[in-house]
Amino acid sequence: MIQFQNIYKSFGKLEVLKGVSAGVDGGGITAILGPNGSGKTTLIKMLLGMVYPDKGEIMFNGKPIKKEWQYKNDISYLPQIARFPENLTVTELINLIKDIRGGTPNEQRLIDLFDLDSHLGKKIKHLSGGTKQKVNIVLAMMYDNPVIVLDEPSTGLDPIALVRLKDLVLEERAKGKNILITTHIMSLVEDLSDEILFLLEGKVYFRGTIPELKDFAGEDNLEKSIAHLLEHKHAENIKV
Amino acid sequence: MLKILKYSFYDLLRSKWTLIYFLFFLLITQGLLYITGDEAKTIVGLLNVVVILCPLIATVFGTVNFYNSREFTELLLAQPLKRRDIFIGQYLGMTLSLSIGYFLGVLIPFVIHSITYTVDYSVLSILLFVGVFLTFIFSALSFLISLITDNKIKGFGLSILTWLLLALVYDGMQLFLLSMLDNYPLEKISLVMTFLNPIDLSRVMLMLKLDMSALLGYTGAVFNKFFGSSFGYAISLSALLIWTVIPVYFINRISMKKDF
Repeated sequence: MIQFQNIYKSFGKLEVLKGVSAGVDGGGITAILGPNGSGKTTLIKMLLGMVYPDKGEIMFNGKPIKKEWQYKNDISYLPQIARFPENLTVTELINLIKDIRGGTPNEQRLIDLFDLDSHLGKKIKHLSGGTKQKVNIVLAMMYDNPVIVLDEPSTGLDPIALVRLKDLVLEERAKGKNILITTHIMSLVEDLSDEILFLLEGKVYFRGTIPELKDFAGEDNLEKSIAHLLEHKHAENIKV
Repeated sequence: MLKILKYSFYDLLRSKWTLIYFLFFLLITQGLLYITGDEAKTIVGLLNVVVILCPLIATVFGTVNFYNSREFTELLLAQPLKRRDIFIGQYLGMTLSLSIGYFLGVLIPFVIHSITYTVDYSVLSILLFVGVFLTFIFSALSFLISLITDNKIKGFGLSILTWLLLALVYDGMQLFLLSMLDNYPLEKISLVMTFLNPIDLSRVMLMLKLDMSALLGYTGAVFNKFFGSSFGYAISLSALLIWTVIPVYFINRISMKKDF
């Protein structure tokens, strides 16, 4: 469904991605992991056509996405930082997205799930960080799309909202959707992901399931395995 | 594109700045009409306000609005939309709301005035037209500069500098050049130089319509002959149009390549 083919990208002198190739297909949750600045968000933004690769190509449903925009109708995207026009109310913002995308979204279910009813009439600038993130989730998830991309979905969420988010993501997985997720919360990775894509120094350093990662690192806990990968990054046996 | 235009337009129309802009022109036009009691004098008075202020406000507003709506832009970029529609839509939404503020602010007092006095709408329409064009041109220039410059302060500085160059420095340079070379026939050169600056062009177009070319001496006669012809008028119009189209073309081009 999604293919990254030998992607290169640098910002000025900083080389962020140096030949990343990876594919996502057949449903399930793929967690994109890596230290800060390893290019996780850049890779995701490329899929959405917000950042262009210097070299390489991204395919969506077998077609290159370059200069295309219609394919975004099939992607639900949760940006890392919830930034919206400050003067709109939550309802206006939801209507704006509905107006742009058309179709029949199911926002009410999500509004109920995250207890947003009392915030609907408020302006975005008067919302707390966590509430903004909930609005962000509603906007991203209200459409029933085959691909879901979540960039740091847990930011600012309280434990109850986090549990609900997890259930929501698992529910979507059960429908056979392809879900990409980046996060620094290891418990979220353990609970959700079917597969891990570990980016390091601009390349795919490891790709596989959680047990495979633990095996690879020789540790019995995910957090330690990740730390092990980061400490022994000179190791050459990259498994893709 | 229409959806984006609509949202940008409503968002700005609701903001108090558009209202302040409208009220400013309403008050100044009404004030001038009241003080002078004469529409031609009012238009001359307004001319100086319009050729300096419309570009300045469009510049300031264009820059501030661009940087403030970054969040909105990022939200839109992730949606199934063409990049061109996002940026051109936002530009048009902003420019239209400013233009309407200016247009109505000047027009309404004249319409009220016309109840008791006769108003020459041909001159007034040029004043309105020129102000709207200047708004379109300078919004586009500041939008383009903001698009290229990620740093807010730098973008704001560059936009103001552009306005300063075209509104003030250019005139000074032209004057300096003309006084340096006053032994030569300079009518053609000054005509060309006028065309290269939208502010000067607007000012001259309106002054000639007001029959004030006698004040400009022989150059005025040449200008009058040129601008009085339908050819000259078509050329002036094209020059203003080119001043609008070129920055908009680059807004489109650069937005297609930029990373967000």
